Amino acid sequence: MKNYFKDGIKGFRHFVEDGETEEATRRLIDKIKENRFNAYITVCEDAVERAREIDKNKGDGRLLGMPIAVKDNLSTRGVETTCASKILRGYVPPYDATVVERLKENGAIIVGKTNMDEFAMGTTTETSFFGSTRNPWDEDRVPGGSSGGSAAAVASGECIASLGTDTGGSVRCPASFCGISGIKPTYGFVSRYGLIAYSNSLECVGTMGSSIEDASLLLDVISGKDSRDSTSIDPTLYRRSSEKFGKIGVLTQFFDGVEEDVLKHVWNAIHKLEDLGIEYEEIDLPNLRYALSSYYIIAMSEASSNLARYDGVRYGLRGKDLAWDTTFSRIRAEGFGKEVKRRILMGTFSLSAGYYGKYYLKALKVRNLIIKDFEGAFRKRKLDAIVSPTMPYKPFKLGEKIEDPISMYLSDIYTVPVNLTGLPSVSIPCGFSEGLPIGIQLIGRAFDEETIINIAKIYEENTDHQKKVSGLL
Amino acid sequence: MNNVMIGLEVHVQLNKLKSKLFCGCSTDYQDEEPNTHTCPVCLGLPGALPVVNRKAVECGIKVALALNCEVLEQTLFYRKNYFYPDLPKGFQISQYDFPLAVNGKMSIETDRGEKIIRINRVHMEEDPARMIHEGGIQYSRHSLIDYNRSGMALLEIVTEPDLKSPKEARRFLDKLRSILEYLDVFNGDLEGAMRVDSNISLAGGDRAEVKNISSHKGVEKALSYEATRQKNLLRRNIKIIQETRHYDEERGITISMRTKEGEEDYRYFPEPDLPPMSVKSWTERLKDEIPELPDAKIRRFVEEYGVKENHARSLTSDIEIADYFETVCKSSICTIPRQKVVRRAREIDPNMAASWIVDVLKGELNYREMKIEGSPLTEDKTIKILKDLSSGKITEKNAVEIIREILDNGGDPEEIARRRGFGRLDRSETEILVKKVIEENPKVVEDYHKKKKRALNFLVGKVMALSKGKSAPKDVNELLEKYLCED
Amino acid sequence: MMDEENLKQIARLAKIELKEEEVKEFSPQIRSILALFDEIDEVETEDVKPTFHVFGLKNVFREDAASPSLAGEDAIKNAPKKERGYIKGPKIM
Repeated sequence: MKNYFKDGIKGFRHFVEDGETEEATRRLIDKIKENRFNAYITVCEDAVERAREIDKNKGDGRLLGMPIAVKDNLSTRGVETTCASKILRGYVPPYDATVVERLKENGAIIVGKTNMDEFAMGTTTETSFFGSTRNPWDEDRVPGGSSGGSAAAVASGECIASLGTDTGGSVRCPASFCGISGIKPTYGFVSRYGLIAYSNSLECVGTMGSSIEDASLLLDVISGKDSRDSTSIDPTLYRRSSEKFGKIGVLTQFFDGVEEDVLKHVWNAIHKLEDLGIEYEEIDLPNLRYALSSYYIIAMSEASSNLARYDGVRYGLRGKDLAWDTTFSRIRAEGFGKEVKRRILMGTFSLSAGYYGKYYLKALKVRNLIIKDFEGAFRKRKLDAIVSPTMPYKPFKLGEKIEDPISMYLSDIYTVPVNLTGLPSVSIPCGFSEGLPIGIQLIGRAFDEETIINIAKIYEENTDHQKKVSGLL
Repeated sequence: MNNVMIGLEVHVQLNKLKSKLFCGCSTDYQDEEPNTHTCPVCLGLPGALPVVNRKAVECGIKVALALNCEVLEQTLFYRKNYFYPDLPKGFQISQYDFPLAVNGKMSIETDRGEKIIRINRVHMEEDPARMIHEGGIQYSRHSLIDYNRSGMALLEIVTEPDLKSPKEARRFLDKLRSILEYLDVFNGDLEGAMRVDSNISLAGGDRAEVKNISSHKGVEKALSYEATRQKNLLRRNIKIIQETRHYDEERGITISMRTKEGEEDYRYFPEPDLPPMSVKSWTERLKDEIPELPDAKIRRFVEEYGVKENHARSLTSDIEIADYFETVCKSSICTIPRQKVVRRAREIDPNMAASWIVDVLKGELNYREMKIEGSPLTEDKTIKILKDLSSGKITEKNAVEIIREILDNGGDPEEIARRRGFGRLDRSETEILVKKVIEENPKVVEDYHKKKKRALNFLVGKVMALSKGKSAPKDVNELLEKYLCED
Repeated sequence: MMDEENLKQIARLAKIELKEEEVKEFSPQIRSILALFDEIDEVETEDVKPTFHVFGLKNVFREDAASPSLAGEDAIKNAPKKERGYIKGPKIM
């Protein structure tokens, strides 16, 4: 049997040119339907039809005929969009997210909506109402989260590349756990219009692919200012110099909490880069230890407000109609899962009378300090990137941490500072241990995705970790 | 009513905008089918994002400047979090810290002269959806929701508790409405365009809030009811509790809705989807776009046209009327050409025009619930009527009749006067009547020559009766004396 | 500072009806999350400005022009209950 997808977007383009899109898509849809890893919530049945049209009419577009998976918190016109929550089951949006629109304009075929932690609240994809996604490297382990479905789909060849979203590591963590490349762009570089909000000031749409090249091509297609998102930015106005210094900083803070083999592979990667001419120095950012607390305060506070709209009036779950407040309270009790409830409750509390200054406002100030820490490090030490492990651990067992929210939150230590500062970041595979992938994170200057993507490419070209992913396909 | 303290929170819909506050949906939804002017943003669909309408902010600044407010250097939108079936997102995008403008003032006329009412703040927010409760709010088994109104731009104007009576509150609202209409940001005739929450307290009592009253008359009535209710409680030594009350327009009473203890905790925080705004620098430009406001216009009407102050006040309370008055006065200035210096003279006395517009025309319009704008009585018709009146061609009573008929059926003043037989007889027609009266009353003519004064009056009366009052009294007197002397 | 009573109060504010066992389960978890939150107490932030937009973006507006609304049934098609073009909500009193 032909392996259509083993050489990524570049490889599959030949099959599209040869008019084999329909056949490849049909096989892909069948494979998705086998549902081995529970990577999808909804399959787009019209994908084969779209592929047939492409074979017939060709057309153009940088993603012509590419089967792309989209996380289920991105609004897709005419395709059920649930955020993996019972409360949104059956909701069929009347509009496309800007990123989805851009994929379609570029000829991509949306093959399905991927599984995720409910409302993107989680690090494992275990909080999905539709059941956990499994890690293609070991089905007993978590794929990471919250974009676990999007990562597992790429790693298992159930799509060629995918969109995820990243609020505190939700693209990079599953990319790391599934051994693929994931990009979390600069805040504002990609439109959030149609991204169902969890934490507006932190989250971004990100891309995933089996190589950094595929992920960055996808980013290229979906990025750019959007007049429908007031926080989106024209990067040319904000990008400072992209001068190269040939030096990276290694964030050695919290290394004592990192699994030994993870640390070993991260250091190997740093030394590999050194061999390739990129120097490194260890750095320490004083306010970074407040990143987790300020991150969770901001995320949960915003979430408590963002999720207030789920009341069963205009869409979603609706129960028996009683007095309006009882009706709402029951729908929300029934429709939201535990983790979502916990976060809404925490966020409601931290914004309530007398606590706003102590929590939310204070967290916004701490956020500013962390931004200054990063800015200072990049500027004063003349760094092209700051690197760290993406996750402090290898993929763990399903169910291992789900009952202990705090230990789960602590695993986001390296990913959340990136969302607080709005900086771009990529996670790429840097080794395997016990058959499980390990990821390294490269953090770049604002709107300078290019530099970290280039470093990742240089690394990828000189190592063979990425090829192992292709081997799995 | 002494020691009454009233503060108002006035919600004004910026309904002259083309689109809503945060989305491109049209504001033109009156009389349209429900939920036809909606989009993902104003329906609060998951993933939709707001983008601020620049013109809404400009309107807000103009209002703030007209109310003598200070526009803040930085202004932010906040989320006001609460649940209600008319609120699509579970929060309202509003303002909190850093409102658009603060510390303003507006003067109102009271029985004891002019008085300054302090404005605490002016801020922007979005309108919730409209709810219908079939069979009444207390009995309806569900609510029907129309999101066409959802997301309309509102300004909230908050006063200090400087109003001392329900009547002053009404005066404030009337004046505010007129300022908003002068600024061309607001049409007060549309349903739900202005909604008022009012706080009222008596010395020695906690304040009660009466919410969501939609007419100025309603505000005055609700506050009067509330003041009396509170006074009666105090007289009986019952403590007034801080609470929110609903005004039942039909019964004319206020009903307790909830006490302060159960009040919402709104959990305000800055709207993360909308970056901060820094718009103080717009004020210079916007200042130039602010037209002459009522107070200035009153002063000018008194100085320029010499009209009485009460007339000026009444003329300016509605900008359409004020403009109408000026057109009538200005276009009646006749210019005499081919002279080096253009000599101008008013054909119509502005005082006469003011008095006719204020005392007659406004009343006739009100009676018919008509606006001057778009009415069939265009300025040129009024000019014609007033000219004919001052030249003696028609009587005052005729003028009123002509105005009424035009308002009811349209038409041309001259044609109406002719058709209905209005207007004076000319001198030759009166002459015939005079001759006739002298012929038919020889006895009285004799009396006249005996210097009996009453005789002339009798003959004048006879002529006037024959002409049905249409002979000019001057003509009758002159002609009678002429022919009697010839005798 | 976060006993079961407080938690129930917060749940009322958040309009989530909690079962008794959820109250029991969440209380200790929420206390430990609060302990995480409280870590920022020790940061000196008196002269620090809050981050309202991460890159200091400001003044983003659109022009006042009407654009097409959702067509036909699209606005209400997802509503579980509707009547004559209205979306049906629960009763108010």
